[in-house]
Amino acid sequence: MNEEITSLIREDGLRLDGRGLHELRPISMQTGVLDRADGSCYLTWGNNKIICAVYGPRELHPKHLAQPDKAIVRVEYRLATFSVEERKSPAPRRREYELSKILSESINNVIFLEKFPNGTIDLFITVLDADGGTRCAALTAASLGLADAGIPMRGMITGCAVGKVDGKIVVDLSDIEDKEGEGDMPVAMIFNTGELTLLQCDGMLTPEEVEEGLKLSKTAIGQIYQMQRKALLAKYSQIEEQSDELDEEEE
Amino acid sequence: MRSEEIISSLERKYLTDLLTKGERMDNRDFWEGRPIQIIPNVIKKAEGSAMVKWGDTVVLAGVKVQLGSPFPDTPNDGVITVNLELSPISSPSYESGPPGPVAVEMARIVDRGIRESKIIPMNDPKLCVIPGKTVWILFVDVYILDDGGNLIDASALAAMAALANTRIPKVSIDEEIEEATLLDETEPLPRKGCVASLTYAKINDIIVYDPNLIEDRGKIARFSVAITDGGLICSMQKGESGVFLEEEILNILENASSQVKELIKIIEETSQVTELGQMFQFDF
Repeated sequence: MNEEITSLIREDGLRLDGRGLHELRPISMQTGVLDRADGSCYLTWGNNKIICAVYGPRELHPKHLAQPDKAIVRVEYRLATFSVEERKSPAPRRREYELSKILSESINNVIFLEKFPNGTIDLFITVLDADGGTRCAALTAASLGLADAGIPMRGMITGCAVGKVDGKIVVDLSDIEDKEGEGDMPVAMIFNTGELTLLQCDGMLTPEEVEEGLKLSKTAIGQIYQMQRKALLAKYSQIEEQSDELDEEEE
Repeated sequence: MRSEEIISSLERKYLTDLLTKGERMDNRDFWEGRPIQIIPNVIKKAEGSAMVKWGDTVVLAGVKVQLGSPFPDTPNDGVITVNLELSPISSPSYESGPPGPVAVEMARIVDRGIRESKIIPMNDPKLCVIPGKTVWILFVDVYILDDGGNLIDASALAAMAALANTRIPKVSIDEEIEEATLLDETEPLPRKGCVASLTYAKINDIIVYDPNLIEDRGKIARFSVAITDGGLICSMQKGESGVFLEEEILNILENASSQVKELIKIIEETSQVTELGQMFQFDF
């Protein structure tokens, strides 16, 4: 933990965790995990562990926030106190407020909000274990939770961070690459249309590097999008199996 | 899917009619608990952690440790504090924001069980690094992820299991300047024994152990007791507006004293399976 990190890319050209420059960490997704939420998703991404609960469309309180022509989206992104190196106080910090806001703006874009005037769709996302790239993972989990809740959307949002580490553009930064690297660029898009719903950057990148990063992120997002599809299909094929069993019993 | 904090009259009637016939809605006996699973060491960034699935209740506890100053009245003791987050993730009945009275009461019940049982010897030299100056502060944070009823017992079990799997960094002490430096090596948190909580709900005049969500919401009174592996009662809490008779409490205590052994056994089993640095995955 206290060792001096001299280089984030090893002599054999691989990264500290043994990944290639454009390789994703292992990702798993599971929908419908919470009994009481309308939709939910548990996602692991490397050592990130993220749980998302979706409620709605439902009645909005306080009423003065209501919009007569559409629903609003409220997102609460939180870090668990034990998810980070130094214990985080349970009270939200500025970073959590900012992320909640940009996540909600990103999600706003894909939901047919006009179908639910005066209502709200509430998302609660908690990072249980943090390992870099939590906002992209959170958005990926959020769209699965929304789909699981049956909320009509015009596309799935998928996120993946890219960044610059030891002068090279790499995909899916780990915690240490995020902290010690030269730049971090979280990207989220609706893969099918290529529309970016979230784009941030901190660190120093040339315009060419940004372009390369966007290209790499699109490829990675394509892979993750396929995993999202599979996770959703897995839930419904399970239901199909159960209903088949029921049919057989009846016969 | 259950969304209401209160239960409808129909549901209450169904619940009480069944109980009068001697049955529970999930087919358990009155004194029978639900299946329990503990998954230890699930959070990499935490010094200790455990997920507990208690029936369909899911609770995650994590322990973070840091060096800090002792309280002036206990200069030679480490510090432990239990915090509980009742987040909207677990149920539409809960709202976000700082812990309300319900969460605070539960956190304090869990805290008292651990504190009063003295299973973590706070004056152990491993916890009191420099007497009067530097001690370990243990933050036990409990997150309720899915509220299927009986949160107190599930939280207490998760907190206990997380502590049983906690490793704290070794420190080297410079006696002259009285300063402690953290080493990379870790050692298990000192622990003497085990404690578990058992909660009983009174619905009309019938008492059941381990209430599920609907029983929890239909109850008129609640009684929780924490018992150590030595069979000592170290904390009790009666909750809600209903009442218990002395005889009822004595019956509960007798039942709890025998049921606690099973809980202690599960905790000890999970604390033995973890080897240094071994992580477990959980799903739902």
